[in-house]
Amino acid sequence: MRDQRPAVILLVIFLVSGILLIKLFAIQVLDDSFLKRAESNAIQRIVDHPYRGLVYDRSGKLMVFNNPIFDLMVVPREFHVGDTTKFCELFRISKEELIEGFTAAKNYSKVKPSPLIKQLSTRDFARIQDFLVDYPGLFILTRSVRSYPSATAAHALGYIGEINGGQLERDTVGYYSQGDYVGLSGLEKYYENELRGKKGVKYKMVNVRGVDKGPFKEGEYDTISIAGKNLTSTIDLELQRYGELLLNGKTGSVVAIEPKTGEILAMISAPFYDPNQLTGAEFGKTYSKLNKDSSKPLFNRPIMAVYPPGSIFKIVQSLIGLQEGVLTPNSTFACNKSLVACHNHPNPVNLFGAIRNSCNPYYHQAFRQIINREISSNTFKDTEIGLNAWRESVLKFGLGGPLGIDMSGEKGGDIPSSKLYDRIYGAGHWKYSTIYSLSIGQGEMQVTPIQMANLAAIFANKGYYYTPHLVKAIDGNPKKIPVKFQEKISVGIDARHFDLIQDAMVEAIYGTAARAVMTDLVIAGKTGTAQNSQGEDHSVFIAFAPKDNPKIAIAVYVENAGWGGRAAASTASLMIEKYIRRTISRPELQEYVIAGNFIY
Amino acid sequence: MKESEVQINRVDWIAVSIYFALVTIGWFNIYAVVYDSQVEKSIFDFSISSGKQLVWIGTAIGLITLIMVADYRFFEKLSLVIYLIFLLILIVTPIFGKEVNGQILSIGIGEFRIQPGEFAKFATALALAKVMERPTFDLSKRNYQAIAFGVLLIPIVLILLQPDTGTAMVYFSLLIMFYREGLPQWYYGLGIGSVGITLLALGVDNNLYLAAIIILVVGGLIYLGKKSWQRILAFSLIGIGLIAYIYSLDFVVSKLPPHQQNRVMVLFNPDLDPLGVGWNVTQSKIAIGSGGFFGKGYLEGTQTKFDFVPEQDTDFIFCTLGEEFGWIGSLVVIGLFAGLLYRLVIMAERQKTRFSRIYGYGVISILLFHFVVNISMTVGLFPVVGIPLPFFSYGGSSLWSFTVLLFIFIKLDSSRASQLGRIS
Repeated sequence: MRDQRPAVILLVIFLVSGILLIKLFAIQVLDDSFLKRAESNAIQRIVDHPYRGLVYDRSGKLMVFNNPIFDLMVVPREFHVGDTTKFCELFRISKEELIEGFTAAKNYSKVKPSPLIKQLSTRDFARIQDFLVDYPGLFILTRSVRSYPSATAAHALGYIGEINGGQLERDTVGYYSQGDYVGLSGLEKYYENELRGKKGVKYKMVNVRGVDKGPFKEGEYDTISIAGKNLTSTIDLELQRYGELLLNGKTGSVVAIEPKTGEILAMISAPFYDPNQLTGAEFGKTYSKLNKDSSKPLFNRPIMAVYPPGSIFKIVQSLIGLQEGVLTPNSTFACNKSLVACHNHPNPVNLFGAIRNSCNPYYHQAFRQIINREISSNTFKDTEIGLNAWRESVLKFGLGGPLGIDMSGEKGGDIPSSKLYDRIYGAGHWKYSTIYSLSIGQGEMQVTPIQMANLAAIFANKGYYYTPHLVKAIDGNPKKIPVKFQEKISVGIDARHFDLIQDAMVEAIYGTAARAVMTDLVIAGKTGTAQNSQGEDHSVFIAFAPKDNPKIAIAVYVENAGWGGRAAASTASLMIEKYIRRTISRPELQEYVIAGNFIY
Repeated sequence: MKESEVQINRVDWIAVSIYFALVTIGWFNIYAVVYDSQVEKSIFDFSISSGKQLVWIGTAIGLITLIMVADYRFFEKLSLVIYLIFLLILIVTPIFGKEVNGQILSIGIGEFRIQPGEFAKFATALALAKVMERPTFDLSKRNYQAIAFGVLLIPIVLILLQPDTGTAMVYFSLLIMFYREGLPQWYYGLGIGSVGITLLALGVDNNLYLAAIIILVVGGLIYLGKKSWQRILAFSLIGIGLIAYIYSLDFVVSKLPPHQQNRVMVLFNPDLDPLGVGWNVTQSKIAIGSGGFFGKGYLEGTQTKFDFVPEQDTDFIFCTLGEEFGWIGSLVVIGLFAGLLYRLVIMAERQKTRFSRIYGYGVISILLFHFVVNISMTVGLFPVVGIPLPFFSYGGSSLWSFTVLLFIFIKLDSSRASQLGRIS
């Protein structure tokens, strides 16, 4: 019996050694969760945020750049505040803010850094730097915010902000993480992928107290961040600023386009705001203030506001009539005020006269000929066929749907089809007399200011346009902009039909918009008045100039400013002069527009 | 031939080689713990623990030389004196020692401090060998059992006064030696059984299951065996006693101080409180577990070096090995320990005197306990008790005491030819 005992002891020795080895095999080889936990313990992944791309205006002037800001970060486990009162004094925060920030940091992680004070300015940073050494567990993380050297073009440029939950969910490639800044509107949003650049990642090792212990594997897995691409905007900074000067204190839009390229030279939405306010620490506060403002400064009117096109639409009707052969330059109709109201002018008028005088009864009668071609003997049916055919022609002018510019949130306006009237009146219960308002650009149709500017460009180009856009080059290369902005789009009207139109537009401004006339620069324009049931009508004017070699096409909307010949035409004329001549020769007109008393 | 030359030839070089292998691997591991790639310091730098450990290793070699040149009879003759001296030091330690975290473990002057609880191990093993060496000493007899347990319990009680539960537990490992020397088997059956029942009672949440199992087993035994009333009564009483024990255990645990309660509970569920009590075990398992099969490479570990694992150069030194050398490294070290213990069993069995054999088994008992409990604790198989890994852990007291413990036996073994055969 006793002789077995040494053997039993040996057995115990080998048994327990075997158990230890099996247990070790289980946790070391079979279970890889410990490796992951070790990495999350000791290896910190530090994202190196790239510099966001810059934005220049069309002549290379800086519009948007990055301004460094500093976050005061805290590692709760290491942080010892000591005298709280002194700390709060030095760092200029209240005790409540300190407690709140620290508690939030602690709840996030005791060993990983979180922001204690966000977005210190360069001055605050310089002030705080000296005290930092006295507080273990605090350090400064440098980031950058967008900054705008001239406070202009806020709507076009857009703003960036922290990514929200929904955007994170849609980010299927997993580029973004919580707290990242993304473009939320304007160019910042549309060109997010170009502007954001590429994040870099550094892996560093930290000890149990979060202290940096150097790069992991000598930086073998680290990647360098790549700065975002720079954008060259189509905006003419000087023109944009001048437009904002003119529209200051008013409500409305100005869109100026270079007809030959579709490049947007200026895009003003009034009221506007200083884009510098929507950056950095002030973002949240300013945003909610702007959002609550009843004048809706965040509303991007040039692409979001919709109005009936009014008289300007008569030009489109003329062109469709000419193209369809329904009208000729000699087509004459009486100014029959029993059909629709009109003002006094020579009577009867041919097409030229109709445009020049903006004759309503002329278009009432011309539109009937466009619509009712007697394709069907049933007048209801005939109207339906005619309306839909007409609508197809109108849509080619870039109306009735978004143009597809490089901004999100663009509205399309509306050009009605037979379906709309079927819905309102019932199929077979409406005919030309129901829809005749469309003839003069009223009724169930709506357009945006940018569509109107594009119309002006089409008239200038004699029948084609390029989709308006805000960026002319990415990283200096014009070929890198989206292909759709490089494609010429025809509106399906022969160029020859435009000569009469252009001549009539030149004449028209003498009659309806005498203020816009310049002696040495031929402007072709057309006034409009968007009827407004809520108050004074909106003043509308479109134009292009110089007539023989158009360099600028423009649409101006001034809300509640009455007749198009005053506010809108004056503004457009000044913008045209500014763009082509770079100086203003009519200070009294400029004063008139800035003063803004258009109703008298 | 001179006597000394004869002895050199008789030194068990296998055991000595394994000892030096373990000490060397341990030393490299201590350097890995303190290694900091940002502030590179040489392994020999005396300002860091690897440099200091080198001093301890050097002095340990000095101690080995002293032991090897001493007369083997010295240890036998003076065993009781050594035992009494250390008991005395253990008694005065709480009075003159230095208090750290409520424990008074060390005594000494200035920087030179020793932990008498560590050294008293070999003294107790020597004393037990001495009292048990008489041929008439029979551990199956009550009076001899009383003597043996008396010698064993005195240092245990003194160490518990420090209080140092971990070190005190080590002394119970000498029960392995008692087993070899004939302590009746049923003592061990009872002991293992009660530990098993206790662990089950603590580990199983619902005591009703355990009670039901006990009733079934007892009922089955009664049904299958002889149905005499004495037997039925005895089994019933045992069953009732066990059930009562299980239920009383929860009550006892609830009366323990909270930190001890937690230590017990964490054994069954280390994720219970991963940042609190479970921290040590969790971090230790993460370090070892992240090593994988081949390890992260020497000095490439992150968990131990960056202080995630506490007591990393002493009680949790095995983590560094597991992390940097993986399962292969663990296999080598556990293999070396098992090999050393195997060798020591062989050596103990070839002794001609009962004194040498008993002492040999004392060495085996203490090393086995340290080795198994220390590593088990780092992988979460045993509650965290503060005992070092022999030859590995940083610290003079630990290295010296294990060196002395081992080499007295190697000395006795090398002198076995000169000893009179009076083995029973």
